[in-house]
Amino acid sequence: MDEARQEKAVGSLRLWEIVAALLFLAAGALVVYDSRRLGSTWGSDGPEAGYFPFYIGVIICIASVINLISALKPGAAGDKPFVTWEQLKMVLIVMVPYAVYVALIANPLYSLGIYEASVIFIAVFMRYLGKYTWLKIGAVSVGTVAAFFVMFEIWFKVPLPKGPIEALLGFQ
Amino acid sequence: MQEIQSLIGGFQVALSWFNLMLMLAGIILGVIIGVLPGLGGANGVAILLPLTFSMASQPGGTTSAIILLSCIYWGALFGGAITSILFNIPGEPWSVATTFDGYPLAQKGRPGAALTAAFTSSFVGALVAVLLITFMAPLVAKFALRFGPPEFFAVYLLTFCAFVGMSKGSPFKTIASMMLGFALAAVGTDTVTGQLRLTYGFMELLRGFDFLIAVIGLFGIGEILLTIEEGLEFKGAKAKLDMRVVLDTWKELPRYWLTSVRSSIVGCLMGIVPGGATPASFMSYGLAKKMSPDGPKFGTGMVEGVVAPETAAHAAGTSALLPMLTLGVPGSPTAAVLLGGLLIWGLQPGPLLFVEKPDFVWGLIASMYLGNIVGLIVVLTCVPLFAAILRVPFAIIAPVILVICAIGAYTVHSSMFDVWMMLVFGVMGYAFKKLDYPMAPLVLALVLGDSAENAFRQAMLGSQGDLRAFFSNALVGTITGLALLLLFWPLISKGLEIVRGRNGSNGQGA
Repeated sequence: MDEARQEKAVGSLRLWEIVAALLFLAAGALVVYDSRRLGSTWGSDGPEAGYFPFYIGVIICIASVINLISALKPGAAGDKPFVTWEQLKMVLIVMVPYAVYVALIANPLYSLGIYEASVIFIAVFMRYLGKYTWLKIGAVSVGTVAAFFVMFEIWFKVPLPKGPIEALLGFQ
Repeated sequence: MQEIQSLIGGFQVALSWFNLMLMLAGIILGVIIGVLPGLGGANGVAILLPLTFSMASQPGGTTSAIILLSCIYWGALFGGAITSILFNIPGEPWSVATTFDGYPLAQKGRPGAALTAAFTSSFVGALVAVLLITFMAPLVAKFALRFGPPEFFAVYLLTFCAFVGMSKGSPFKTIASMMLGFALAAVGTDTVTGQLRLTYGFMELLRGFDFLIAVIGLFGIGEILLTIEEGLEFKGAKAKLDMRVVLDTWKELPRYWLTSVRSSIVGCLMGIVPGGATPASFMSYGLAKKMSPDGPKFGTGMVEGVVAPETAAHAAGTSALLPMLTLGVPGSPTAAVLLGGLLIWGLQPGPLLFVEKPDFVWGLIASMYLGNIVGLIVVLTCVPLFAAILRVPFAIIAPVILVICAIGAYTVHSSMFDVWMMLVFGVMGYAFKKLDYPMAPLVLALVLGDSAENAFRQAMLGSQGDLRAFFSNALVGTITGLALLLLFWPLISKGLEIVRGRNGSNGQGA
């Protein structure tokens, strides 16, 4: 990779390898800790609840320590960029609206319903990444979601979370 | 020949109009799923699985449901070849080797020949594997009836050790990812003692992690993020497939019969081992390159270079169902999702399935023959349509796929929390892919975690905590020994290389 791209990298591969190994280590530690709490030995009537997970946790810890050591080893491979700013920007452009979309459906306060949220999500995506006209956006987003509605609610009878518009139309 | 009789019975089950319609629908959906970025066999089947719940609850419905889902799988296998050849984008890991000669062939103006060769050899590979399943599966199942908990645990161990031994990347990353899968499987209520494990007080974790959510997130969302990172454009060759090209290619194909036979054998053998499809396709491509008289021209667009990996990949993808049906051990993530489906419908995969539900098993096997014939016809006739899907602008297709993933995650348990979990798994999938942590072992461990743990506990109860239970007789000892051999294979092969290192540089074949 040329230097201009290197500069814009968000952390090296090595850095993120280390982060990943540490996260694995933390997960392994959580598993070991809770297994110890439950009892990871041989009880009066056989293996206790934490017997199997305990060893799983131990293996996670061992494997992540080895991964950590091999990530720390100096070498050209570790200096490669993990992700460039350009790439990360693209990923965030998709992930942030998607997280908002999920939040619109699944939050403890008020759910907009999967159908309404999907119309908005597809529309926003098409508008900002595709620069389509509102007419096309309306046709695609409403059309797709209407097709899903027919498929799930009527054809396969799998109810999805519904919002205010379906309530107005008399679907519960 | 009791198998033939059972198979005829199976055809009687599979050959209803309703089931044939399901096959056609499944194949078409499957090819679309295989062509679309971010949707592959595993998460495609995972998303559509909840739609079969009501179908499977009717009498005889489980057979129809498995026919629909397995045909989606066949379709996705076919679809992977389309994107590899026309767009140089391998839809599935085992289609990577298909791009080596398939894409150059398409660039040279022979996309029709490449596609025909790919589809036909896929069909041949699948057919060989289905024949293998027809005659081997009953034998394996009968043999496995003798298995007790120690034997089953040894088989699970073999499955997971095979992953470590065959992984191309770091074995410790494979282990870490696999064990994380086991840990996630342990979260929730312990089935034996009823205690809460690893929930750390979060009520949402009571039910534990569902592997379907993990599959949709890891493979679906993760894959989309990777695709987006590369930019939003697809550039591809035009697909035209008229009858004349198909017939001309078919005339050419018999010349490569030796490659076909070799690749089918490689595929079937590797497919039975978990995670075998990808190495099978590479291995069979490598063998063909070494043994064919045209070997040096491989990579410039040789039909034979398409035949080899496609035959092996499809043979492996199909024979992955053999251990799934007979032992309850899936050979690939998609087979794992199908296994999950069986469990949800209330069927217990394993040797008893052949005794208790012969209609289901033989209906499924018969549908494999029919489904692949239907699939071959569908892909040969409809390639331009499927290729057109990839020309739909990304700004339209991406949000629709993301919405489908969210709906799929919700419908598994009608749970809002699952949608969030899918998002988390999606970010995880992206990071795993970037850092070279394999995802298939995690998914398989998540699916098999409870069964493996139960087998382990029962085996330990039987032996009063003595680990020697796994070597107590010849059968279990052989399986365990094989498992350990595979587990330490990376070390052993490295050792062999060092020993042979000074004698010559031919150590790569080891």
